[in-house]
Amino acid sequence: MVGEAAVARSAPPAGRRAVRFPTHWLGVTPFALFALFFLILPTMYLIVGAFQNRAGELTLDNIRALAQPNIVAAYWISIKISFASATIGALLGLAMAMAIVRGGLPGWVRSATLTFSGVASNFAGVPLAFAFLATLGRLGLVTIFFNFLVTAINENVALPLGLSALGRFNFNILSFWGLTLTYLYFQIPLMIVIITPALDGLKKEWGEAAATLGATTLQYWRMVAIPVLWPSFLGTVILLFANSFGAIATAYALTGSSLNIVPILLYAQIRGDVLNNPHLGYAIAFGMIFITGMANAFYIWFRARSERWLR
Amino acid sequence: MRSPRFWAWVTFGVGAAYFFIPLIATLEFSLRMRRGVYSFDAYAVVFGDPRFQATFGYSVVVAVFTILLGVLIVVPTAYWIRLRMPQLRPIVEFITLLPLVIPAIVIVFGYIRMYGSNSPLPFLATARGTDVLLIIGYSTLALPYMYRAVDTGLRTIDVRTLTEAAQILGAGWTTIVTRVILPNVLIAVLSGAFLTFAIVIGEFTMASLLNRPAFGPYLQNIGANRAYEPAALAVIAFVITWGCMSVIQLLSRFAPKSANRPH
Repeated sequence: MVGEAAVARSAPPAGRRAVRFPTHWLGVTPFALFALFFLILPTMYLIVGAFQNRAGELTLDNIRALAQPNIVAAYWISIKISFASATIGALLGLAMAMAIVRGGLPGWVRSATLTFSGVASNFAGVPLAFAFLATLGRLGLVTIFFNFLVTAINENVALPLGLSALGRFNFNILSFWGLTLTYLYFQIPLMIVIITPALDGLKKEWGEAAATLGATTLQYWRMVAIPVLWPSFLGTVILLFANSFGAIATAYALTGSSLNIVPILLYAQIRGDVLNNPHLGYAIAFGMIFITGMANAFYIWFRARSERWLR
Repeated sequence: MRSPRFWAWVTFGVGAAYFFIPLIATLEFSLRMRRGVYSFDAYAVVFGDPRFQATFGYSVVVAVFTILLGVLIVVPTAYWIRLRMPQLRPIVEFITLLPLVIPAIVIVFGYIRMYGSNSPLPFLATARGTDVLLIIGYSTLALPYMYRAVDTGLRTIDVRTLTEAAQILGAGWTTIVTRVILPNVLIAVLSGAFLTFAIVIGEFTMASLLNRPAFGPYLQNIGANRAYEPAALAVIAFVITWGCMSVIQLLSRFAPKSANRPH
């Protein structure tokens, strides 16, 4: 039965095109419905809700209400952490990628680094917070080690005049830098995974051509390599930014709700309507989409530009 | 000035220290439960905890259904786009990348508002319905990775010739997709599946906001109330992630490298 139907369908009778029902659209219908109902409509619902009041009338009050100090502070600290972890992660990831691609290291270093990066870039969420608490928390291995050093120095080294004894090592993991340092654990590997192919795309011939024309190494980097790499580098920075901007699990497990970042504020709002206005929650969600959306629009633009060179 | 290779080693060394010290510290911390000696007590407590078994089991089942749903949606779509509607490719690719733009917390917030008990599609009215919604939500999170994996797999086979050959032999569309296309991209599908598993198994935000007894919220709860068990759980989670990525690497060795007719 199935076979006959297929044969009948694939044999093109004359004039078939004229009466053809657009059946080829049926092939993408399940995907379209899935995306519509579970990705696009829920998001639109929030965006529309951000511009409505409780009676369903159009208003900008919710957007204006975002200007209250605790919400602005939440956005600001989220942007700062995402920016810091994205730029630092991108620079350190680039340095690592350069080391394994162009540093003349043995082959196993490269494959081991790439494999580990694949793992670490997916090692996020709650367990990552646990790992950093076990490292830099009050009883963490690194904290204990540094305090051991501090004690040893204070007891055995006569400090020069004017210097008091060294204070105890007490890194506050529940802080801006604590969270940034933790986020770097998945940001750096993600950068390595994405930028290594781009570095591989820097063709050897370009370096040789530049050298033939009398360029110094510095000139080669300034006028050839960096302009080629720049779009994919900047694009990845933006991807890393969006990556940490929407992350909640690590921060929540690390700090509870003591660090006031946007996703945690939104989480608290969804759980218990802490802002006493559901439409303000929609506005916060809209703000998040707006920021990551802008970032990703740039990313797509930059990626399109860099791919021209890496073909 | 030293040679570039020296600085490459220094960079690699500093990076390796940053990435390995937390792992060593976590492992060491997880062994400290018994006073004065290293022991596996924390692991014994974790594995013996019925809530660990229940939540981990729940998350494994959810992950398996997420993978099945993901394959069901992505494979026919990616195949159809390659075969018949290449003009839709940019739109479909854009949609599959949306979950990287829209944070998970926003997606699930939308679900909670749209699919409540009083809505036309009351997923949240029953526990079973909420499970289904969680699986759907996870499928959207996995969409970018699944689509990329399958599309890369399809690139290495000659979709058009395989389809025409199957049609000549009398195969219908279901047969073509399940018995011709799927086996040919199985390795790519499995790569996507294991990546999905790694993402879904400890996911916190969606499971927590939908109030499902999943592994992620359990982890968070243990972290808030216990001292040594979280470190043991972090080690277990790292081993799971590492296992998934190793399987993907292993699979990529079996993947065909080039197409019969490269596009």
